[in-house]
Amino acid sequence: MSHDEYQTYRAKILTPSFVVLLVLTLIGFALIAVRFIKGIGAVSNMNDGYPWGIWITYDVATGTAIACGGYAMAILIYIRNRMHYHPMIRSAILTSMFGYGLAGFSVMVDVGRPWNAYNFFIPSKWQANSAMFEVAVCVMAYTTVLLLEFLPTVLTALEKTQWKTLQLLLDMVYSRMGMERPERIGDRLDKVKDLAAWLKPRLDKVLIFIIVLGITLPTMHQSSLGSLLLIASTKLHPLWYTGFLPLLFLINCMFIGYSIAILESVISCYAFKRPFETRELSGIARIIPWLTIIWLSVVIGDLAWRGQLAAAVSFDFYSRFFLLEFCLVAGGSLLMFSGKKRESIRWLFVSAALIVLGGALYRFNVYLIGFNPGKGWHYFPALAELLITVGIVAFEILGYQVIVKILPVLPKLHTRQQLDAEKA
Amino acid sequence: MGKPSRRQFLKLIGATGAALMVGRGGASASEEHQVNNDTLGMLYDATKCVGCKACMSACKRVNSDYGSLSYEKATFDSDGLWDAPEDLSGSTRTLIKLFKESDKEWSYVKYSCMHCQKPSCVSVCPVSAMTRDKITGIVDYNKNTCIGCRYCQVACAFNIPKFQWEKAIPQIVKCDLCKNTNMVRKGITACAETCPVGAIMFGKRKDLLDEAKKRLAENPGRYVNHIYGEKELGGTNHLYLSAMPFKKLGLPVLKHEAPAEFSEKIQHTIYKGFIAPVALYSTLCFIAVKNMKKGRASEDEEQALKNSEQKKTETEHGEDVE
Ligand code: SF4
Ligand code: SF4
Repeated sequence: MSHDEYQTYRAKILTPSFVVLLVLTLIGFALIAVRFIKGIGAVSNMNDGYPWGIWITYDVATGTAIACGGYAMAILIYIRNRMHYHPMIRSAILTSMFGYGLAGFSVMVDVGRPWNAYNFFIPSKWQANSAMFEVAVCVMAYTTVLLLEFLPTVLTALEKTQWKTLQLLLDMVYSRMGMERPERIGDRLDKVKDLAAWLKPRLDKVLIFIIVLGITLPTMHQSSLGSLLLIASTKLHPLWYTGFLPLLFLINCMFIGYSIAILESVISCYAFKRPFETRELSGIARIIPWLTIIWLSVVIGDLAWRGQLAAAVSFDFYSRFFLLEFCLVAGGSLLMFSGKKRESIRWLFVSAALIVLGGALYRFNVYLIGFNPGKGWHYFPALAELLITVGIVAFEILGYQVIVKILPVLPKLHTRQQLDAEKA
Repeated sequence: MGKPSRRQFLKLIGATGAALMVGRGGASASEEHQVNNDTLGMLYDATKCVGCKACMSACKRVNSDYGSLSYEKATFDSDGLWDAPEDLSGSTRTLIKLFKESDKEWSYVKYSCMHCQKPSCVSVCPVSAMTRDKITGIVDYNKNTCIGCRYCQVACAFNIPKFQWEKAIPQIVKCDLCKNTNMVRKGITACAETCPVGAIMFGKRKDLLDEAKKRLAENPGRYVNHIYGEKELGGTNHLYLSAMPFKKLGLPVLKHEAPAEFSEKIQHTIYKGFIAPVALYSTLCFIAVKNMKKGRASEDEEQALKNSEQKKTETEHGEDVE
């Protein structure tokens, strides 16, 4: 797999959207500081009945599903052998890396005693019965794997870099100080380049095994994110409480993953004014309805088996949320079944968005909306709590924006057009 | 196009599904958990309780340092003269409540950890901060390992574990049968020791059950004919007798199966001996490596053709990064 399929997107980094995102990020991080000084209660509405709020539900349970683009694309490319999607993998991995890394960060904000987290590395404290243990270990491992998967991008850049900015900066510093720039520095920089050049082919050789690890780990922990709620048999509403939670969460993350890959591509092509990747996207869109059909049939079959179909259409509070989730996913899939609609960027965008919304709502339903600890407990996120989540999401987008402008992440236009020509 | 690989893909999903199905089937087949009646517990008799709350204040007095409990002010009491918790909380391990149906029908009820035989909180704690002592049956909490994930709170059907939301260094708070305080010094829980009317009996589960059955037999009509905790969620070591239906006292109607049994069985089936993940990994590696080789072979042919042209474009679109 050549590294020439990608290019750096050359544009100004300081854009208006950069500033907006930066402000949101700073607000979020300031509130995180408040949380660590004054306790979780100072910024959040979580309580003893609803011990998991928006941070776990969105940042962790939903955020990692949305970050499954890298996972879904890796299955498509390396397992289903669709190498012509390969140019899309780097941006998918980049978003996954941010999604997972920041999910891990959110957990550290959310847990009350983060300094004890080292216990995850002490075998005598391991608790294999706990789905949380499995999720935590897998998410840590997967974040590392994502970093490794992204490493070639950094190495290619390092290998080819002229250190122009750095050189300029150094020159400036040294001339200010009225000194000659020592030769040493140049040597050092060359060494880094050499190291990158040495490491890259070696990493390339084992990369496939790391990539496959990057497919195995999400399969494990995404299903375990469903298992997390298996214990709450008395609290989770019967519309969602089922032994199939792990399977449903797994399929759910796959169709969210493919849909988000479509959304990402459309949005970044639009934002960076690049031609849309219609051919690739409509190919991906062909897979999604199959996954959603399996998912929807498991949902319906399981409800029927447990005798909950009537509850599903009773139009009470829970039933409405269930139906909304169901219709969003089903509606999006119906649109994607039509070959014509799959050829249109607008319809692709709409249907993928519907499916992501529906799939995410499913996770909200399981973690929050369908969760009822008993009489007298209420939860709705506090403003500060929401702003922390917004800040983290803003940081994610900000990071993506900046990195595609300094590293070769986006598909090279030339390569893709060439591929199109070849296939035609 | 894509038929065989789609099949592969569906197979992958099918395998996970099959594993889960086995999990369901296996649930009934594997051994039931054993109730140990030699473990320690308490029997609370709501018909004897006079609501003096001496147990509450004894609990806080004895455990406040070890358990990091503080006094809770009421809104009407600006001087903070009384400890007036509204509910179990990050400062209160046990609580007496009054349930009043009419002027004639009312009952007190005492809340604290049920010390389940198969505790959900222990089953879910990722770092073994919640533990159940095999010999005493006490479900204990260790703040020095707890990461504060609050999964125990999500898991407990009785909503017992509480979190200190207002503290920068918070912990979980719940009854530990005075394991490290009164039990060490006096061999009995502070609340049972203090109760002036003997509404709280401390002892081995089997003795408590015998006593409860005796009271039910000797006083027909005084109690609801049910020992709450005998069977609920696989049995608890904190048992209740009452004249009013337990549901009205805030003790939920629960199944006899412990939720942890079901969830652990599914988790175990998927991860038994780590076989499934390893098998998945090796299968995927096999497929991926094969795909890559196939890709290489065809690439090589094309490469020869492309080489000259590619070099040209590369110099045009140089990728140097500043
Ligand atoms: S009552 Fe709740 S906290 Fe106490 S042992 Fe049972 S599950 Fe754990
Ligand atoms: S909050 Fe602490 S005791 Fe409770 S499950 Fe998490 S780590 Fe275990």
